[in-house]
Amino acid sequence: MSTSVLAELARQFSLLSFLAIGGVNALIPEIHRRVVEMEHWMTDADFAQAFAIAQAAPGPNMLIVSVIGWKVSGVLGALVATVAICLPSSALTFAVAHVWDRFREAPLRAAIQHGLAPVTVGLVLASGYILARTVDQTWATFAITAATLALTLTTRLHPLVLLGIAAALGVAGFV
Amino acid sequence: MPTKRSLFLGFLAVGLQGFGGVLPFARRMLVDQRRWLSAREFTEVLSLSQFLPGPNIVNVSIIVGSRFRGPLGSVAATLGLMLMPFVIVLALAALYARFADLAPVRGATNGISAAATGLVIATGVKMARALKEIPWHVVMCALTFVAIALLRLPLLWVLAVFAPISVAIAWWLMRR
Repeated sequence: MSTSVLAELARQFSLLSFLAIGGVNALIPEIHRRVVEMEHWMTDADFAQAFAIAQAAPGPNMLIVSVIGWKVSGVLGALVATVAICLPSSALTFAVAHVWDRFREAPLRAAIQHGLAPVTVGLVLASGYILARTVDQTWATFAITAATLALTLTTRLHPLVLLGIAAALGVAGFV
Repeated sequence: MPTKRSLFLGFLAVGLQGFGGVLPFARRMLVDQRRWLSAREFTEVLSLSQFLPGPNIVNVSIIVGSRFRGPLGSVAATLGLMLMPFVIVLALAALYARFADLAPVRGATNGISAAATGLVIATGVKMARALKEIPWHVVMCALTFVAIALLRLPLLWVLAVFAPISVAIAWWLMRR
């Protein structure tokens, strides 16, 4: 049982590794679709918690994958999921990095970068939408999301300050 | 030229510093502090990392590691980057599982995920602002959003259709 779950974690996340154009933030809707809607490894509430825990830790925002792996199959699950999301894309990056410089002036390279940009932005906005639907179950959490969005767009406050304020509001019982 | 050990330690520090996005800290370490890359080299490494699939910062560590010390350099840099965040996030997950019944813990988690959602939306909005000069970029961005967020289509299909179309449009406009 546990081995087949690990194999499934490895399969799902190594596939996702190749689809992660624009980083893991752009991948959140697809992770949610597979983990919550298809595999039923966790509920919406679990997913929201995994997202929060990953945000509360320092480091790359791909850590949500580690937390999902942990939730599904413990420390080994976390390790398998994390390696699976990193390894295929890393191997590709390693291979491409060596030939890439030769194509520095190639027009196709510019076309690829210019063409993928709007798709990536659409993916990040979709992530925001899916997260809001998953996370914002009450008026209080909705208000925090809206306030964080507004403050990020209008001020230069450090993201950590905003996360800290939101956590403090939660501890104080407002959320 | 950095050793494998200093690659590991340099990226270890980056992994521990970055909250809500590691890239600014990676830039500071690579360009300002250790001077392994010039500002221009960093931008090139970053644009390649963003163009290729996978977590951007992991790709940066792979490229920088391989540039100085080959395959083992990549392993040293990436392990350095991931080690502490991985341990810390699992510790947090275990702590959360143990204390999830306490109202303040649940409240803090709800608050953090709500604020972090606002941060993700803000990132998307900032990126979208840069697109608005180009009408077909806005259309492509909107179509991707609808397909993924509203229709909940599989990412693989969406990318398989939209990415080639979008690149073809860019290519065609450049050639004209």
